[in-house]
Amino acid sequence: MIERLAVLALLLAAATASAWGQTVGVQPAERARIDRALRAAFPTASAAWLKRLVPDETLRTCSTYHNAPPKDVGEAIMKRERATIKYPPDGKLVGDWRRGEKLAQSGYGMRFTDYPPKRENGGNCYACHQISPREESYGSIGVKLLKYGKGHNFGASETKTVYDKLYNSHATVPCSRMPRFGANGILTIDQIKDLVALLMDPESPVNK
Amino acid sequence: MRRKGKRSTGWLARALSVLVCLLAAGSWASAEESAKPTEPPASSPEDIARGLAQFRKMLTEDPWSNPAFLDADRGEAIWKEKRGPRKQSLETCDLGLGPGVVDGAYAELPRYFPDARRVMDVESRILWCMQRIQGFNAAKFLKSPHPASGQPVGEIGAVATWVASRSDKKSMMPRMAHPKEWEAVALGEALFNRRQGPFDFSCASCHGEKGKRIRLQSLAQLSNPVEARKVLGEWPAYRVSTAHVMTLQHRLLDCYWQMRLPPLRFGSETSVALIAYLKHVAQGAEIKAPGLKR
Repeated sequence: MIERLAVLALLLAAATASAWGQTVGVQPAERARIDRALRAAFPTASAAWLKRLVPDETLRTCSTYHNAPPKDVGEAIMKRERATIKYPPDGKLVGDWRRGEKLAQSGYGMRFTDYPPKRENGGNCYACHQISPREESYGSIGVKLLKYGKGHNFGASETKTVYDKLYNSHATVPCSRMPRFGANGILTIDQIKDLVALLMDPESPVNK
Repeated sequence: MRRKGKRSTGWLARALSVLVCLLAAGSWASAEESAKPTEPPASSPEDIARGLAQFRKMLTEDPWSNPAFLDADRGEAIWKEKRGPRKQSLETCDLGLGPGVVDGAYAELPRYFPDARRVMDVESRILWCMQRIQGFNAAKFLKSPHPASGQPVGEIGAVATWVASRSDKKSMMPRMAHPKEWEAVALGEALFNRRQGPFDFSCASCHGEKGKRIRLQSLAQLSNPVEARKVLGEWPAYRVSTAHVMTLQHRLLDCYWQMRLPPLRFGSETSVALIAYLKHVAQGAEIKAPGLKR
């Protein structure tokens, strides 16, 4: 009898485990459990680094809905994230595509071996996207961006969409997998302008 | 340091790895000779895919060419040698199947150990035995637990490589009998999906979808049993790109590094839970240890 009860308890535990991993997100008690485990996993981390382990409201919501939030929740995320976007004072959103290409190639920055920084942070865009036809070593997690500007007629509103997407990907796609390069302080406004140029400048190899 | 037995395997592995090195050096030299100060010939994505497929085939064609067998030999010697402040060998270490039983033990890890009152993977269990049986101070091993590029794997990694090799061809069946084992898997799953750090990455950002790549590197969808079974049985593995054996603890540290998180503590509950989750998803996989990776 006791054995049967034990088996039942284990089955219940199994069902619970798969349920909260796959469906409605982590229950509050469990979240505290995760926080505790994470805190213990980084005994050498400074306070600044430990802050990285605390997901903000958007990420918490995205985790709860497994990155597929219902419409109203998604809209709330987009609104909140859109509010973080800062624009260059002169309103010019297109920088230098040559610098953009270098940023797209570079995965440098913010890893624990990157301090003190030896060079500027990169965007590492080729890790996930096909961009310029000259670069054949590209990843496929993100959409293909070949001829992106040409395909969008180099339009002003599309240029702004690209800037916004780079600055804060959740402003256009809630729970996007793409990093929030501007909002999270990975890239500067000038660097984002250079990446906009890589996609939107008619002279960029992306559009050739 | 080295002991009798298994010498022939080690000798063969050494000889073949020298051969591999010579071949690699040869092709490098010929590439240098043919290099001209002109643009390299354009290669199509198909050419690149073909080249990569051939490279991977060469890596796995002759299983004895894997330099990780040298580390497995070293690990066996370390296991049997009387070491540490107490001058004991690890031969009474209980990897889950009873003191000193190595064959098949790796296949059932991670598992709950009543003596330590926690779930342990192979590496944290070996360290625990080194502390309890041999009297080693763990701090010495935790300070810099993983090899730098080109450096051989440490003592724990070498022993883990040998222990894993003694479950070769067995089916991966991590124990799921104790509530703590379920708890570890559940925690691991939550950690796998947790987005954090300045890049907002979770493990699932890269390993949550089938058929994706980072640059040209294919990614396994590790939440999918079919995909997870293809890769989880191959650890610890010799990594050609960094020229040393990499263990799962080291691999996870590397993922967290790439995710812009702080250095992940060797043997922490977080790292063990992630391993427990990944191996639970991959249960039934054939163990092919030590493996060989890009």
